[in-house]
Amino acid sequence: MLTKTLAGAGTDRGPGGPGGGRSRRTPAGLVTPLRGLAGLTGLVALLEVLPRTPLVSADYLPPASKTAEALWRLLAEDAFWTALGDTLTGWGLGLAIAVAAGVVAGIVIGSVPLLRAVTASTIEFLRPIPSVALIPVAVLLYGTDLRSKLLLVVYAAFWQVLVQVLAGMQDVDPVADDTARSYRLGTWGRVRYVMWPTALPYVMTGVRLAATVALVLTITAELVIGAPGLGNQIAVAQTSGAVPRVYALVLVTGVLGVTINLMARAVERRALHWHQSIRREG
Amino acid sequence: MTRTTSTVLTLVRRALLALGLPAVLFAVWWFATAGSTDFYVPPLSTVLGRFGEVWTGERLLSDVVPSLARLAAGYLLAVVAGVGIGLVVGTSRVVRDVLEPVLELFRAIPPPVLVPVIMLFAGIGDTMKVIVIVSGCIWPILLNTVEGVRAVDEVLSDTCRSYGITGPSRLWHLTLRSASPQIVTGMRQALSIAIILMVISEMFAASNGLGFTIVQFQRSFAIPEMWSGVLLLGLLGFVLSLLFRFAENRVLAWYHGLRRAQRNP
Repeated sequence: MLTKTLAGAGTDRGPGGPGGGRSRRTPAGLVTPLRGLAGLTGLVALLEVLPRTPLVSADYLPPASKTAEALWRLLAEDAFWTALGDTLTGWGLGLAIAVAAGVVAGIVIGSVPLLRAVTASTIEFLRPIPSVALIPVAVLLYGTDLRSKLLLVVYAAFWQVLVQVLAGMQDVDPVADDTARSYRLGTWGRVRYVMWPTALPYVMTGVRLAATVALVLTITAELVIGAPGLGNQIAVAQTSGAVPRVYALVLVTGVLGVTINLMARAVERRALHWHQSIRREG
Repeated sequence: MTRTTSTVLTLVRRALLALGLPAVLFAVWWFATAGSTDFYVPPLSTVLGRFGEVWTGERLLSDVVPSLARLAAGYLLAVVAGVGIGLVVGTSRVVRDVLEPVLELFRAIPPPVLVPVIMLFAGIGDTMKVIVIVSGCIWPILLNTVEGVRAVDEVLSDTCRSYGITGPSRLWHLTLRSASPQIVTGMRQALSIAIILMVISEMFAASNGLGFTIVQFQRSFAIPEMWSGVLLLGLLGFVLSLLFRFAENRVLAWYHGLRRAQRNP
């Protein structure tokens, strides 16, 4: 444990820290981002050159400049922003419902041992059911409505949160719980002051996972069912043979995914700023 | 004597706890839909009756087996490629720094959008589906392998070096071993992505397979058949996750034992 922290200290420290002896000219904190930038530049260059060689046809993989051009035109379209809005609405609403339901259900089930024992097998059975299995049901019930998107997103994201909350509730320190009991904290008090702080890191992990899964399922619903949004735009662009546009849209979904990831991590850090795992890094 | 009765009682109690709620839910579904005249929600008895009819016999060979074969091929290729590339990327700090942002970007692209892109290259045949599955589920395996390789215990690493354990045996006994819990985590994430991609690629463009057949049923309003397909997909997900857990418990028995020992010293 100690060796790991010591080894990490030299590499993760920002430019202000005492420079790790790796390189004298550039601060240690700058080397990693620069290398990463080189990697990304390399990818763009590769995508620019590859379609011009006989290896890959430009009909399938347009040069990076063409994709950039398509992306530029895309950003000027109202339809694109509407689609982005639709996707974000489905994602945000679905995630919010799933997190709220998952946290409430997790706390209720996790604080009653009998309930936990009774539901364990059912949760284990329902969780791995792929939510795409619900696509035909969603289509029949709601068509291309927002609700069919929500059905898929909520089903997929709910289990991520629930399982994490349950794991967190199980992790409660028995001594802390007994102490709370001997101070006559009621059920609510114990949930609020003992269980919730213990479970919070797990809840945050659950939210982070659920945010990613929710995006995947939102896009899937749009792509396969045809609900309005980025996924649907991709399907339309593909059928109409607008290849650079397909790539531009795919890139947008990737950037969206990265942004959601970074945001989730930032939220996690904020909510857990008191927690050991975050403090150690800082 | 009393000991056997008490073990029997515990077993009965555990069985009741495990099976009680599923039985209740099943009964509720069965009786709530028993007299159902709702076109979209047929009685469970009808669905189960059709289940046997639809998914055994000819369709088993023409749709279920091809789907499973594509799933297996794509998943296994992704595991091999993901672990292989992950080992290379993870052992060199420079390579890792250069590639990490690119890999994170690829990982963040929601895998289903790859279906239309890969269709451009590979048409709508089996190759397309396998490539879709590989390109979707390689990322969690790859990035987890990188993470696992990076976190190899330094004392163990130094010990290996001073005993002159290098090359393939170092890779096998030290690197892969220490990274295996992380790799398995990645493989678990990849498995659920693989199932999703199998179904979606078949729903999007195919001439056979589970996803294709279920969508056909839905479009032709063969509702009980459609529900039986939904049940089959659910069952598939459940069985695969059971198999995975079984394999994990065997492969990572040493790791789980170690964790338990660390938790209750």
